Amino acid sequence: MQNILEIEGLAKTYDGGFTALRGVDLTIRKGEIFALLGPNGAGKTTLIGAVCGLVQPTGGTIRAFGEDMGRHWRRLRRRIGLVPQELSTDMFDSVINTVNYSRGLFGLGPDPDRVEEILRSLSLWDKRKESLRALSGGMKRRVLIAKALAHDPDLLFLDEPTAGVDVELRRDMWRQISALRERGTTIILTTHYIEEAEEMADRVGIIQAGRIRMVEETREIMARLGRTEAVFTLAQPLEVVPEALDSFPLVLASDRLSLVYRGGDGTGQGKAEVARLTKALIATGVDYTAIDIRESNLEEIFVNLLEHADAEGEAA
Amino acid sequence: MSLFNARSAWTIYKHELARALRTALQSIIAPLLSTMLYFVVFGAAMGGRMDSGLAGVSYGAFIVPGLLMLTLLSESTSNGAFGIYMPRFTGAIFELLSAPVGFAETLVGFVGAAATKSLVLAAIILGTARFFVDYSIVHPVFVLGFILLVSASFSLFGFILGIWARSFEQVGMVPALFVMPLTFLGGTFYSIDVLPEPWRSIALVNPMVYLVNGLRWCFYDTADFPVMLSLAMTLGFLALCVLIIARIFATGWRLRS
Repeated sequence: MQNILEIEGLAKTYDGGFTALRGVDLTIRKGEIFALLGPNGAGKTTLIGAVCGLVQPTGGTIRAFGEDMGRHWRRLRRRIGLVPQELSTDMFDSVINTVNYSRGLFGLGPDPDRVEEILRSLSLWDKRKESLRALSGGMKRRVLIAKALAHDPDLLFLDEPTAGVDVELRRDMWRQISALRERGTTIILTTHYIEEAEEMADRVGIIQAGRIRMVEETREIMARLGRTEAVFTLAQPLEVVPEALDSFPLVLASDRLSLVYRGGDGTGQGKAEVARLTKALIATGVDYTAIDIRESNLEEIFVNLLEHADAEGEAA
Repeated sequence: MSLFNARSAWTIYKHELARALRTALQSIIAPLLSTMLYFVVFGAAMGGRMDSGLAGVSYGAFIVPGLLMLTLLSESTSNGAFGIYMPRFTGAIFELLSAPVGFAETLVGFVGAAATKSLVLAAIILGTARFFVDYSIVHPVFVLGFILLVSASFSLFGFILGIWARSFEQVGMVPALFVMPLTFLGGTFYSIDVLPEPWRSIALVNPMVYLVNGLRWCFYDTADFPVMLSLAMTLGFLALCVLIIARIFATGWRLRS
């Protein structure tokens, strides 16, 4: 698959001495949705800023569409869009004027049909004449997306696009982002909502303390690190786990009234094994009154990874 | 790929002018009103009892170039400063920095709009002044050229100020504490020649003296200093501002983190 963005050894130390990026290597493939996850201060926004021209890197190289960003920034920036984390725009402007302004800023002439299409796709057409300050937070965020789409970018950065947005609007935005990908736009998003990355991203990158800790396919990361947990509430307390169940990863709870299964790989194998376990329990005469099954999500995996990385760092 | 994106520059220019229209009360009406008050008090009311020192030029007419310069300098500086400071303050500057827009487009857009506002204001002031004082213009083309040059120079200066400033207080400080007092003392209401020593010599280090002097020459074909000196100083100031802004864009000082 063709690479659309290649970052090598990207470093940024701010004037005050704070190092936000410590040699980041990252490659983004054409047409994918890439989710960059990380705690506050990990370097997500600095990384985006470095690519988009808001931050001056202190080291490393950035190549977009096969060309060096530093040398061909004029040509390359035309193909990149950014939706910032903050609601930063002229709040006294009308919706349609601010979108037209963005289009003109990127050197494109007026195209009322395209602007109407963008505004309609984001449910903003009816609000086009309203001042931004009169809009709700969620609608303002949509306007920022409309502004970023005004020049039809091939690569779109969304820096926490659904921060502070209600659940309904968030799901609506996910649909919008998926629609953009279907039109061929490559999307890089940062988010605190792991669910968001799990729902949309083809690949996930985890950044911590200015370093990329992991980049992997979302499905693979879930398959490799995902787990199924099933808690069987027993009808009678057990002294030990019966030998017939030794092949299952089972633990008897301290109250001896629950059997806890932890296994699988996040691809559904765990559920299948739990189904086999229910039959085995009945066959061995272990009676139970309830089963509580849940899959570990990306958030748990993410937290575990960071804790693991912290522990490694301390050990080193 | 062109080194200058005319559409981007035009977009910034239009956006800035639209912003000025939204704030017309502050950006046009307020400076117009205060300038008119000067004409009423010093021109119409007191001017009849004062001597301009220029043959055939009433005191009311004498102060027209100085007052025009006072407004031009203050407004150009403020317009240039607020034009770039506002997007810095609101964070909207991200859009400019992430767009395929460089030094030239930004300068033409922001400074062009600031200078245009000053030119419009100058035209309104000159038109309105007619109601209070009877003045003439000996070199109308030079007046236009000089106003254009001064507006552009001080809009550039304001642009630098808007990038330097970290607060609204700092944006307003330079026009209020430096530009206006220096222009007042730069011969707006009097000829430098009437000052006794050492004040006359001290006045010569005030750059505003040469600007007021230059515009007065354009109006009445007479001035305290050669007009070429005024022109050279203005052009030098303009060139210095352009060089500073070019350096700011090259280094990203206070624009990019």
